[in-house]
Amino acid sequence: MPKEVLATKHPDDELIRADRIPHIWCPGCGIGIVMKCYVEAIKRSGIPPERHVVVSGIGCSSRLPGYMNIDSYHTTHGRAIPFAVGMNIVKPDLEITVIAGDGDLVTIGGNHFIHAIRRNHNFNVVLVNNFTYGMTGGQYGATTPIGSKMSTAPYGMIEYSFNLPLLVASLGAPFVARWTTLHIRQLTDAILKAMKVNGFAFIEVVSPCPTQYGEDNNFPTGMDMMKYFREACVVEHEADLRKVDIDLRPGKPLIVGNFVHIEKPSYNDMDRKLIEIAMKGRKPYG
Amino acid sequence: MTDGLIPPGKYFMQGNIACAEAALIAGCRFFAGYPITPSNEIAQWMSYRLPQVGGHFIQMEDEIASIMAIIGASNAGVKSMTATSGPGFSLMQENIGFGMMIETPCVIVNVQRGGPSTGIPTLVGQGDMMQARWGSHGDYEAIAYVPNSVQEFFDLTIKAFNAAEEYRQPVIVLADQTIGHMYGPLVVPPHEEIKIVNRKLPNVPPGVPDFKPFDAKYEVAPMALAGMGYRIHVTGLTHDEKGYPYYTHEVSTWCVKHLVSKIRNNAEKIWEVERFTLDDADIVVITYGITSRPAYQAVKVARSEGIKAGMLRLITVWPFPEEVVRKVSEQAKVILVPEINMGQMIHPIREVAECLVIGLSWAPGAVQTPDVILDAIRSVSR
Repeated sequence: MPKEVLATKHPDDELIRADRIPHIWCPGCGIGIVMKCYVEAIKRSGIPPERHVVVSGIGCSSRLPGYMNIDSYHTTHGRAIPFAVGMNIVKPDLEITVIAGDGDLVTIGGNHFIHAIRRNHNFNVVLVNNFTYGMTGGQYGATTPIGSKMSTAPYGMIEYSFNLPLLVASLGAPFVARWTTLHIRQLTDAILKAMKVNGFAFIEVVSPCPTQYGEDNNFPTGMDMMKYFREACVVEHEADLRKVDIDLRPGKPLIVGNFVHIEKPSYNDMDRKLIEIAMKGRKPYG
Repeated sequence: MTDGLIPPGKYFMQGNIACAEAALIAGCRFFAGYPITPSNEIAQWMSYRLPQVGGHFIQMEDEIASIMAIIGASNAGVKSMTATSGPGFSLMQENIGFGMMIETPCVIVNVQRGGPSTGIPTLVGQGDMMQARWGSHGDYEAIAYVPNSVQEFFDLTIKAFNAAEEYRQPVIVLADQTIGHMYGPLVVPPHEEIKIVNRKLPNVPPGVPDFKPFDAKYEVAPMALAGMGYRIHVTGLTHDEKGYPYYTHEVSTWCVKHLVSKIRNNAEKIWEVERFTLDDADIVVITYGITSRPAYQAVKVARSEGIKAGMLRLITVWPFPEEVVRKVSEQAKVILVPEINMGQMIHPIREVAECLVIGLSWAPGAVQTPDVILDAIRSVSR
C-alpha cells in the first residue's frame, strides 16, 4: 500500500541539499543537531544565504558543508582555518563559519587555530567536540578525556586534554562559548551571536559519538550522552575558565555558557587601515 | 600614473623583486607566505608594495597555512601567490594537490636552495624539479616554468599567473637562489602590451537549476566564486561535475582524467624552449635555469673548437616538452644533462630520447663553471 505523502517540502529545504541526503552520520550522533542550529542561525541572521560560506576540514563534522545549500568548502585535514583566513581577508563581507571536529581544528590544525585567534580574523568557528576521530575509527585526540579507552589507547588515555575555552580566551578571542547538543536554543543563539561578532568567535559544542567514543566509555547510545548533558551541565556565563576542564566521570559538572563577549578591532579593521595608509603615501611608482 | 604598478622602462633589479613586481602587474592582490631563505625578498617586497595597490599581504604561521590561504583567497576571486624554498615547498605539497583537485588558480614560486632537508639555505640548488611534478599524492599534471635571468623571472611570473587562470590550477615557478638574488637588467614593457589572462566566470546567472561548477562540457569550467550566489559545493574528495563527492570508479575516471587531460591536451601550447646552435648539432646539452648560463658558454667555446655542439634550454619543464626533446634527439649522437642535483630531469629526457643520454650531476652549493660542461662536451666528441 502506498504511503501517504504528508509534505513534499521541508521548511529547511532552502538551506539544505536534499539531494545529498541520506547523510553519513551514525544514529545518536550530534552533528546533525549542530547543522540544524547553524541553519536556524543563518535564517535569523538577516544575512542572505548567498553571503554565508561554510568551510570545513576532514572528519565526520567536516562533512556538514556537503549538506548545506550555501557556498561550502570541504578542505583538507586541519586546514579549514587558513583557507577561511585567505577568503576572509580578500572578501570581508562574506559571513564565513568554519565547522569541524576536535581532531581537525585543535589536533592536526592546532597551529592554525591559535594564530587565527591571535590575529582576530573575522569568522566563526564551531568546533564539534566528540572526544575522538569518529571517521577513522575512534582514535584518541587532543580533547580525549584522560582515562578514556580508545582504539589507539586500549589501556586508557594517558595524556591531558585541552581546556578549549581557557585556551581560546587566553589568546584574546572576542567571543568564547561552550554548549552541548542538548542546548539547541542556546547553541543557535550563540551561533547567531558569533555571526555578529567583529572578529574571531569560537563555540565548542560537546557532542555524542556513541559509535566510536561512547561504546567503550559508558555512553553506549546517543541518549546516554544526552542524559549526561542534562544531569551534569551547569550554565555559568561568568565561569572561571581555569575550572572548566571536561571530566566525564559521574558527579562532575560540565560547565557551559557564553563565557567571553568583548569588542576589539578585527584583522580586517587593521588591514583596511594599513592599506589606506600605504595607498595614501604611495611610492615608489605613484 | 600607473595605478601604483612599476612603470614601463629599463631597470637594474634583483630577481626576487622582479618576480614580485611581475605578480602585481599580473593582477596578484593577495600574498600569503612564511619566511624562508632564499625567497624572502619576494615576501618582503610584497608586504611593502601590495597594500600600495590595494592588495593584501599576510605572513602566515607556516607554509601549509600559506598555500591554504592563497587557495581560499583565489576561491573568492582574487589572484593569489606564495613564495618559498625547498623545505616550505615540501610542506605545501598536500595542499598543492588540493588546489589541483578543486581547480583553483594560484602561483607558487619556489626559489630553490641546496638540499636535502635544511641543506644549504643560502646557496643554489635544483633539487625540487621532480617534487614540482610528483610532490603531491595522486594524479595531476603540474605546470612549472624555470627562469634563467632576472628578466625571465619577471616574464615567467606573469606567464604563471596566466596559465593558472587559463587552466584553473596551481602553477609553479621554479627559480633558484642564484636567479633570485642576482641583480640584472629588466625591461618592463608598456603595460598594454603585456598579455594578462583572467579566469572565466559562469555565463549563466546564479539560481539556474542544476548548475555544475565543474561542468564536463568545458575543458576548463568557468569558475563560480564564493559569494556570487551559485551556492556551490567544493571538496577535495573525488567529485562529479556538480562538485558532489562520489566513491565510484566511474566518477573517479571522469574526475582524474579531466584533471590531467586539460593539461595534456594543451601541453604543446604550454611548452617553451630556447634553442642555441642546434641545427647541425650532434652533441646536445639540455639544460634549464641557472645551469643554462655556463652551458651556453661551454657550447660557444666548443663550437669555436669545431665541435658540433648545441643547447636546448627547457623553459617549461612541466608538462615535459617530450616531443621537442625527442626531435632534438633524432639527429643528436649524445645528449648531456647538467643539473644541480644528482640526476632528476635526466629521467624524462631518457624516457623519450633516441640517443645516448649522459647526466652531469653536480651537488648543490655552486653553479657549474663552463669548464665542467665543456670538458664533458670535449670528451664525448672524441
